[in-house]
Amino acid sequence: MSMLDIFNVAGSAVSAQSQRLNVVASNLANADTVAGPDGQAYKARQVTFQTQLMGAASAAGVKVSTIGEDTTPGRRVHDPKHPSADGDGYVTYSNVNAVEEMVNMISASRSYQNNVEVMNTAKALLLKTLQMGS
Amino acid sequence: MLNRLTDTLDFQGQALALRSQRQRLIASNIANADTPGYVAREMDFAQALKQATGQLAGAPSLAAPRPGHLPGTAAAGGLGTPLLYATPAQTSLDRNTVDMDRERANFADNAVKYEATLRFINGNVRTMLDAIRGGQ
Repeated sequence: MSMLDIFNVAGSAVSAQSQRLNVVASNLANADTVAGPDGQAYKARQVTFQTQLMGAASAAGVKVSTIGEDTTPGRRVHDPKHPSADGDGYVTYSNVNAVEEMVNMISASRSYQNNVEVMNTAKALLLKTLQMGS
Repeated sequence: MLNRLTDTLDFQGQALALRSQRQRLIASNIANADTPGYVAREMDFAQALKQATGQLAGAPSLAAPRPGHLPGTAAAGGLGTPLLYATPAQTSLDRNTVDMDRERANFADNAVKYEATLRFINGNVRTMLDAIRGGQ
């Protein structure tokens, strides 16, 4: 039944996209985090997708292979009055780029919606197939 | 006699199986729209249907030399047809060749044709039932 595989394929994509959305949410939430006691500010995280074969060759799902950390140095702002300022008066914020994250969020949301629609169409077709011959 | 009644049903059944395979293929392409390096696949539906119903010129056909031998069906379900690679209209930086607009259009087109095949089958069944009942 190749139609039933569609639910596995689209389901894996929906789950991967929601994980991406989750990572975007934590990045945006930490956009203004300053360096903690260890001197390390929050590093933005990015998911990497990978194709995952589901039985047949023509059924290719998706999975999140790795969640990598962005290694660019954090934003440094001169603010000597800030309690977390270092000896030179600089405060290190996280390296999250809010604009990039918003774009990422819209892309994830659109892909999520696409896959949900794929599942809805497959469901409607399957229900009609069940009534075949009546 | 009876197999003539079901001949058209066989054809539509093969078409339905191929349509559902193509639907799965397009769903895989849509699912992998954001996967780096993924290459979109596509199938030649006419070719696959010809192969599945054994009408391909030069296709090996199994002879049934003795009565009682079962006729062979060539590559049922289009398994023999190789999948093709879609040519990207625009290249992308991560070497992903899924064209979302095309995939969405193909998906809708295939869904409508799947439903059309279903209706053909239903019509066929209804016609046969009418003939069996003799119009009563």
